[in-house]
Amino acid sequence: MIHVIKKDVPKTRDKILIRVAAVVAALLVSSIIVIFADANPINLYMGIIQGCFGNLHRFAATIQFMVPLLVLSLGVMVAFKMRFWNIGAEGQFLMGAIGATLVVRIFPNLPLPMMILTMAVFSFLFGAIWLLIPAFFKAKYGTNETLFTLMMNYIALTIVTALQYDFWKDPGANGMPKIANFPANALLPSISGFNLSIVFAIILVILAYFFMNYSKIGFEITVLGESENTARYLGINVTKTIIIAALISGGLCGLVGMFQTAGISGALSVGITGGLGFTAIIVAWLSGLKVPFIVLNSFVFAVLLQGGSYIQTAFQIPGSVAEMIQAIILFFILGSEFALHYRFVSDKKTREVA
Amino acid sequence: MEIVFFLSAAVKAGTCLLYATLGEIISEKVGHLNLGVEGMMQIGAVIGFIAGFTSGNPYVAVLCAALAGAAGAMIYGFLTVSLKSNQVVTGLALTIFGIGFAAFFGKAFVGKKVPEAITTFFQPVKLPFLGDIPFVGNIFFNQSVYVYFSYFLVILVYIYLYKTKWGLNTRMIGENPVAADASGIPVDRYKYFNIAVCGALCGLGGAFLSLVYISIFPVNVVGGRGWIAVALVIFAMWNPGKAMLGAYFFGAMDIASFWLQTYNFPVSIYFFNALPYLATVFVLIFTSMRNHENKKEPAWLGKNYFKEDR
Repeated sequence: MIHVIKKDVPKTRDKILIRVAAVVAALLVSSIIVIFADANPINLYMGIIQGCFGNLHRFAATIQFMVPLLVLSLGVMVAFKMRFWNIGAEGQFLMGAIGATLVVRIFPNLPLPMMILTMAVFSFLFGAIWLLIPAFFKAKYGTNETLFTLMMNYIALTIVTALQYDFWKDPGANGMPKIANFPANALLPSISGFNLSIVFAIILVILAYFFMNYSKIGFEITVLGESENTARYLGINVTKTIIIAALISGGLCGLVGMFQTAGISGALSVGITGGLGFTAIIVAWLSGLKVPFIVLNSFVFAVLLQGGSYIQTAFQIPGSVAEMIQAIILFFILGSEFALHYRFVSDKKTREVA
Repeated sequence: MEIVFFLSAAVKAGTCLLYATLGEIISEKVGHLNLGVEGMMQIGAVIGFIAGFTSGNPYVAVLCAALAGAAGAMIYGFLTVSLKSNQVVTGLALTIFGIGFAAFFGKAFVGKKVPEAITTFFQPVKLPFLGDIPFVGNIFFNQSVYVYFSYFLVILVYIYLYKTKWGLNTRMIGENPVAADASGIPVDRYKYFNIAVCGALCGLGGAFLSLVYISIFPVNVVGGRGWIAVALVIFAMWNPGKAMLGAYFFGAMDIASFWLQTYNFPVSIYFFNALPYLATVFVLIFTSMRNHENKKEPAWLGKNYFKEDR
């Protein structure tokens, strides 16, 4: 009989090797689909690279994909560390965008710095509240947060739909169902395509790193994730910790709503998230919930996203191909995790104690 | 008369949800939360349509849809059962894959009509006796064969889960795979089987949309219904009978927004689309507050089982 046993902590070299092997294997399999789409796989993959680094403008676009993904992943990570499965990043993102838009509608004449600050606070709070609701019920009654936060995504989406098609519909848009664009004093300043959200992101990465690794609350969150009993034994206030983590997690995701409305789209709309909230969950998970890897992986995924949208126009290849390639890479990386954590042994050998 | 028409339309709208929900119940009962429902429905819808369009045979179409859905589910199954990958993340990846797959292979068929032979085959048929029952007859028994088959499936899934040894083992694995394994139940085999059936049923639900519910193949035929099915599983508290009620209730919500528009309903109709999700949230909260053991999710839902951890 062949047995599967757990490995010790994998070496960094093994990690990198296995991941690279997985991506290469995934690209080989994806090539079949690319050939189906009447394209040359090698040209296409080169096209993805060109689409991301070909010139400054494209590189800026890549970074603009990376920023929301990165901050969302950080948000998701804080909750995941606690084994609180926040699948609701998408909804918190939307609520944050609503918060930012609300500020613009209530105080349209604030000067830019004040405007950005107020928008940031509101989007943070809106996102945080959206996660605090499931967190409250989780802390009080043990309500399943995976399913709860998933539902909250769709509730947020219907709110945005109602706003876009009804309450906040721009009368000046010739009957088009859209919400009015932000005024110039509510747009994040940008230099050749790189906008202010990058600065926010850098600060947040540093804060998140120190918060998770060196702060008391960060430690409490991690302990609670490892074992609730240990946490109680150490005298950690479980309810308080859940609420604080949810506040930070939801808040970070909400903040992305502001980055996206004030930085990229210039207005709130139903399609504003582009599924990034879900991709962020995948990024956070694949990064092992570690901040440095989250930075790396959000960059990799940003390359895939920007490259994917570039090949659509440059190669006349449907965007669905890029979507499938992305999913295939995910499948392979998810599968390769197995090789990192487990190994095969046959019965004949003496079994080691793991 | 109008109310009968409305309710019969609700049953029809709820049928695709019912298939997918029954599938997800089977998967969740064995402890596997598969968030790939939307993806598997997409795959089933597009493969079902392509098979039906090229063959003109309804049996071929339905069979291909089920097989395609099951194949999609097997990707998830292999990754989560054998390779122990995270269920939530793998399910999301499957959804991304399915949406891309359907958009890619369906592109050439957008705007094509469902073949005559299939449309006739799936036309509403009034059942003898049952169809003559006043009120109820016209709502439930003047429907397509595809809808009748879903009634049959509800009973079948109920019997499978609660009246057979296999169902008992399935539920045991979902509640406690360690004990199940110790008592000699082949855990992985059950998991694969249930996950595959889940995929097949999601495929059938998707194909219902592309073959019966609409007559011209559109872009993105499933359009997020897979997520409603995930919600519905909780709403139904993992019970096939309640899944049926829930599916028709959510189906009614789906068409209610159109109807209310015509009556100049004072509340924004867009909020109606949130009702299925709100209802699900309330069910989640109430079940956790009441703490009924048999009305809660399976204890090992979302957790993978690693034998050597025992």
